[in-house]
Amino acid sequence: MESLLAFFSEHREMIYFIILAVFVGVEVIGGVPTVLHTPLMSGANAIHGVVIVGAIYVMLQVDPENYLALVLGFLAVLLGTLNVVGGFVVTDRMLEMFKKK
Amino acid sequence: MKNHLLEICYLIGSVTFIIGLKMMGNAKTARKGNLIGAFGMTLAILGTIFLHDNNVPTLIYVLIFTAIAIGTIIGWMTAVKVQMTKMPELVSIFNGMGGACAALISLIEIDHMLHMNPLAMAAMVLTGGQGAIIGSLIAIFAGLIIGSVSFSGSIIAFLKLNGTMNKPVRLPYYNIINTVIMFGLFVFAGYMIYSGNVSMPLMYILFAAALIYGVMFVLPIGGADMPVVISLLNSFTGLAAACGGFLYDNKVMLTGGILVGSAGTLLTLVMCKAMNRPLSNVIFGAFGSSTAAGSGADLKGTIKDIQVSDLAVLMNYSKKVVIVPGYGLAVAQAQHIIKELEDLLEERGVEVKYAIHPVAGRMPGHMNVLLAESNVSYDKLVEMEEINPEFEQTDVVLVVGANDVVNPAAKTDPSSPIYGMPILEVDKAKHIIVNKRSMNAGYAGIDNLLFYDPKCSMFFGDAKKALTELVAELKTMD
Repeated sequence: MESLLAFFSEHREMIYFIILAVFVGVEVIGGVPTVLHTPLMSGANAIHGVVIVGAIYVMLQVDPENYLALVLGFLAVLLGTLNVVGGFVVTDRMLEMFKKK
Repeated sequence: MKNHLLEICYLIGSVTFIIGLKMMGNAKTARKGNLIGAFGMTLAILGTIFLHDNNVPTLIYVLIFTAIAIGTIIGWMTAVKVQMTKMPELVSIFNGMGGACAALISLIEIDHMLHMNPLAMAAMVLTGGQGAIIGSLIAIFAGLIIGSVSFSGSIIAFLKLNGTMNKPVRLPYYNIINTVIMFGLFVFAGYMIYSGNVSMPLMYILFAAALIYGVMFVLPIGGADMPVVISLLNSFTGLAAACGGFLYDNKVMLTGGILVGSAGTLLTLVMCKAMNRPLSNVIFGAFGSSTAAGSGADLKGTIKDIQVSDLAVLMNYSKKVVIVPGYGLAVAQAQHIIKELEDLLEERGVEVKYAIHPVAGRMPGHMNVLLAESNVSYDKLVEMEEINPEFEQTDVVLVVGANDVVNPAAKTDPSSPIYGMPILEVDKAKHIIVNKRSMNAGYAGIDNLLFYDPKCSMFFGDAKKALTELVAELKTMD
């Protein structure tokens, strides 16, 4: 119990931040027409590719002697890039088709 | 100094994500919104690489840039080359990559923590307090579990959409087994955090168990529900990214992750609502296999088919034609020929509209994307609520490769698995023409009473081939 309370008070700003972000997410999506659901899902998919920032951050801290971490980190950055680049390009391709003629 | 600049990059990144996502909710601004998000992402990535005070050996930089270069080339090429019909699969695969990335970060982080010397560990406890260690561990474990589930789940979803794994696979008592595995994962992780008994082998076991759970989670779900599953896994990956943000106190990861987590969850619920089924039904319900219940109804009627010449005459002399596109149209790549049909009919004074069911195709909005590709005008695509009252004045409804979304069982047969789903009420039209390859059941695996309707005629054949014949026939009739 004590450690739980400690956990809360250590991270209270973060917890506020998370709660507010949840509301922003709900607000941003509200009232989107069905037509745009697929591109929107794809766009959101690209945005969570931000996890690559974490992968790069890890790589910058890795001890160059630790081969396991190097390999895993390399893979993480590679996969993260796929998520980001693929995600944004696919979304752009979909949305290109909604262009007014 | 560098750190402050980096924080500003992250702030800009976070704001672009919010604005970008908001703009994507409107057809006019959507494309710009996506580009704004991409800009913010680039800024955050470049900032992370260049704006730090660590003394990083060149080898690491080389590795980072190589990984980014390979990822960019592969990601870009696949995204540009893939056919529009394959979009859902692609989104699923990219989503899985993000999940895997989050899981790998957690593995490295644990490895890093275990390598840390006891003094540094003690210092961390002293400066951060006990809460900080627990917080980090929770974030690491949650990132590992959620990321892995999202990864393996997305791969299965990909295989299902791909057709490689079409049938839902259900082990006996799969709901109970899955629930047990899920709780097992949490208990296992909770035990490690609580006892502090963390080691690499135990992490690998947790990693493997989470991967297995992801597979087991998606395996029993029918192919028709994959869009909902992908959307759900999408929000999972968002949460996994947010765990990383929590771990590193990195605001851009936190905003991006949580934003997608909550927006994705809402989107999932909206999709379920379009199918009129609760999410729990999608995940735990036996959809698409237990067809015995719905198909027992009277299917004694006869099925008529129509020749292409008769159909051409019928359409030529109609006032109003409504086309109902479905996945069959996408598979056959018939979107261009259907546009040709539309132009031909319009030339002859026939009013043509498209009726778009919210879940037509494999993803909501799938049909819109597809028809937009062949330059069908945006205002000809009419959503379900608006088109339903119009069917009574419609002479011909042409159903192309759609099935479940026009099945009257959804309204009339309480034992049907799709009972309650809003449908396109095509049976009100004067003539119904259904183009299908064969009499096979739709994705939900249930029979369609519509085909036995006296007003309904079947126009068998692959959508592209059949429509090409129809267009050719129409052209001869000046």
